[in-house]
Amino acid sequence: MRKFKSNLIITLCGAAVLLALVPLAMILFYVISQGFSALNLAFFTELPKPVGEVGGGMANAIAGTLILIAIAALIAVPVGVLSGVHLAEFKGTRFSSAVRFSADVLNGVPSIVIGIFAYGLLVLPLRRFSALAGGVALAIIMIPVVARTTEELLRLVPGGLKEAALALGATRARAMFTVILPAALPGILTGILVALARVAGETAPLLFTAFNNRFFSTNVTQPIGSLTVQIFTYAISPYDDWHRQAWAGALVLVAMILSLSIIARLVTRRLERMSRG
Amino acid sequence: MGDTKITVRDFDFYYGTNKVLHGITLDIPKNRVTALIGPSGCGKSTFLRSINRMNDIIPGVHVEGKILVDDQDVYASRVDVVSLRRRVGMVFQKSNPFPKSIYDNVAYGLRINGLRDRRKLDEAVERSLQRAALWEEVKDRLKDSALALSGGQQQRLCIARALAVDPEVLLMDEPASALDPIATQKIEELVYELKNNYTIVIVTHNMQQAARVSDRTAFFMLGKLVEYDDTRTIFMNPSVKMTEDYITGRFG
Repeated sequence: MRKFKSNLIITLCGAAVLLALVPLAMILFYVISQGFSALNLAFFTELPKPVGEVGGGMANAIAGTLILIAIAALIAVPVGVLSGVHLAEFKGTRFSSAVRFSADVLNGVPSIVIGIFAYGLLVLPLRRFSALAGGVALAIIMIPVVARTTEELLRLVPGGLKEAALALGATRARAMFTVILPAALPGILTGILVALARVAGETAPLLFTAFNNRFFSTNVTQPIGSLTVQIFTYAISPYDDWHRQAWAGALVLVAMILSLSIIARLVTRRLERMSRG
Repeated sequence: MGDTKITVRDFDFYYGTNKVLHGITLDIPKNRVTALIGPSGCGKSTFLRSINRMNDIIPGVHVEGKILVDDQDVYASRVDVVSLRRRVGMVFQKSNPFPKSIYDNVAYGLRINGLRDRRKLDEAVERSLQRAALWEEVKDRLKDSALALSGGQQQRLCIARALAVDPEVLLMDEPASALDPIATQKIEELVYELKNNYTIVIVTHNMQQAARVSDRTAFFMLGKLVEYDDTRTIFMNPSVKMTEDYITGRFG
């Protein structure tokens, strides 16, 4: 009877895993089967064609997504990592509990609300949509994730390392930046890349910040295209050709996010091997 | 007995309102090994960590009385803790090499002191590793990760790292308690060597170790210093009954 119960639970666990994997496999299968046929070199190098003309690509949107996540990373990595350092170093204070709580709340705020905030913060005063506003919106989504990941990983670093550094005459800041942070770095980098992968897939916060741009743009003060918003625009259009393009865009987006995750894994493994020797 | 290096007078230590050290008074001689023994929780480690103010990082501690290193009051308000810790080095119970190369571990203390000159660093790393009796074992793989070393080697690396900044005093908190007998013997031989140039204070749970390596022994019990004398006297002819009971293994 006991054995039966144990087997039953193991079977249930296995079934749950399958159930979770089925949608993932279906999404991948569907995106690949629909997107692959519309994918060609022109998709990566050309700009969108007007309705009715066949062909064209999403070069503007691919570059736009890369620029947007670069801006987001530029803002969120320093702010997030330093906040994480503060949280780990001053863990018991009232201020740090307040910050930790706000970070968790911010993490749960719907991304469209963060888009509205960035709209009010940058779009209204500057009187135009811009890549900068989009990047800031994405950064605000990233910061709590990066901060909390950094904090958790710094706490996993053995206390003995900090004591050793202090006993050698290091100041608290020195010990943090020369010993503790480097020891946690592989994990923190993974956290950053995972957070980047997450915001690369965001659509809602870009709708009224970065807006969209049918032309190739690298100007951060101008509206900019992005894969997600382009997919959304094309998918709700009535044109078959645009639908095909949207599928191709989805495939490229999934591939980008997948490669970010793979890079995260490789970087972590390489860094860990280097420090373990 | 020679010169006094560390003078302790009526030293009390509190965790919050909990008094864990009561009026400790003793003189630790220069270039000798002084062992601190006593049952777990007797305050000997707390006392050891008070000498280089490692307890400062624990919130809510507070001390009374004095600890002087060469007449300098360790707890005076204007004392720079960072420079104090450069004079009073420490080796911990659990070896704690940084996840860096062997070379970078030993060079760490010098680098944070601002030493950049490659040749001087090379010299100091070699000298420190030699003093810690580790040079011959690692000289061909200084760039390898310190975490690839064995437990005993890691502990000697930590000793080399502490020696690199040229401290005057070396505090050792049960440095061999996690090591096998052979590695322990190496550490003990090393301690014996090092006392020519350093004042060493060592906490140990191992009676034989205290008897073998130290010149003076202090016996702590429930936060009080029970007896402090030449090691020979403590082990052969202690004047307090409690000391005798402890070292003969009747409790503890």
